[in-house]
Amino acid sequence: MKALTWQGTNDLSVEQTPDPAIRNEQDAIVKVSQTVTCGSDLHLLGGYIPFMRAGDVLGHEFVGEVVETGPRVERHKAGDRVVVCSFISCGRCWYCKQGLFSLCDNGNTNPGITEHLWGSAPGGCYGYSHALGGFAGSHAEYIRVPFADQGAFPVPDALDDTTALFASDSAPTGWMGADLGGVKPGDVVAVWGCGAVGQMAARAALLLGADRVIAIDPFRRPTGRPTRPRRRGPAG
Amino acid sequence: MKKPTAGGAVSTVVSLGTEALGAAVSAARRAGEAIRSGASHAGETEPRWHVMTVCASAEEVAPGGKLPEPLARLGDAIDTRLRPASGERGTELACRLHDKEDAGPPGTAEPVTADATVQELRTALRQAKALVETGEILLPDRPSTNRPTVTGRPLDKLIEKAQGEGRL
Ligand SMILES: [Zn+2]
Ligand SMILES: [Zn+2]
Repeated sequence: MKALTWQGTNDLSVEQTPDPAIRNEQDAIVKVSQTVTCGSDLHLLGGYIPFMRAGDVLGHEFVGEVVETGPRVERHKAGDRVVVCSFISCGRCWYCKQGLFSLCDNGNTNPGITEHLWGSAPGGCYGYSHALGGFAGSHAEYIRVPFADQGAFPVPDALDDTTALFASDSAPTGWMGADLGGVKPGDVVAVWGCGAVGQMAARAALLLGADRVIAIDPFRRPTGRPTRPRRRGPAG
Repeated sequence: MKKPTAGGAVSTVVSLGTEALGAAVSAARRAGEAIRSGASHAGETEPRWHVMTVCASAEEVAPGGKLPEPLARLGDAIDTRLRPASGERGTELACRLHDKEDAGPPGTAEPVTADATVQELRTALRQAKALVETGEILLPDRPSTNRPTVTGRPLDKLIEKAQGEGRL
């Protein structure tokens, strides 16, 4: 298959790579229909996460069609359209049972690396370096999805792929910001940073009933000189 | 460094200011050196307990006293202890390389903390927990999409040891 691969700092290329294979009984293989890049990928691109190997496939936000399932996958079958959470989690460890899926104890095959860095290891993540398991990413024709019953969600027929796509990462991340901020009806909310996640946070605040959302970002002119932060009314 | 939390972990893990990035890179280098050299466990002269909390009852962890396969395979080489974890988090599964010096006359004992064996123990503990909690041991992607490079060799070594090393 074809895949977008990391070859070195600021060096990407589309390469012919081996097709992914079912490795565990709870795996599925998904044919990717849409995949989107994330601000977090810039850190990989810029070489700030020194756990990348040449040939690693990038991408952790995607939607697609299940083409193959392991014998212990129960919620999905070939032909299902799914959107997949960017983090790989088991759904059964203590962290997962608390809803802290990105801290899953069983989703990262290289826990020693981040234990040394941070004291404990987060779960795995697609296309996000060998510190998070080294799982191939979604900027590819096909991807292996471990613990598919846990991480893949059926897309209702009424939603097109583009609408479902952002449920992978950026929409829930923005939602989490608004949720942690305790946004409630009638609030005036300020969101610092208007990248994808900031915009999702602003949108989430409105959905949670905020009366007004002020989004703040140092827009840059083409010369690179920052302008004064602007204040804006409700987004969307 | 901030520990990642639910949902937005990708952003949390890597949303660092430019100054923090430099620190992250040097911390990463230190972690790499520590894992490769085993220096993080330097000074451990005696076998110690390695403890894993398993989100399951003691009976589920070791039905009828029978340990999960990865630990059972280590047989007499390890001591094992089970007790309820605090906060109703399941069961603490503790293992220690068997102190052979206790078993025989002095002078006949072999060194007991050979690095490879501690690594085997950590790997077996992680695998035992995974088996009990999920019914499987998660395997890395294969076939790999990587190509070997000279500059990638230190990382390849790190990945080889990533199950057997760490804070466990
Ligand atoms: Zn992302
Ligand atoms: Zn888990």
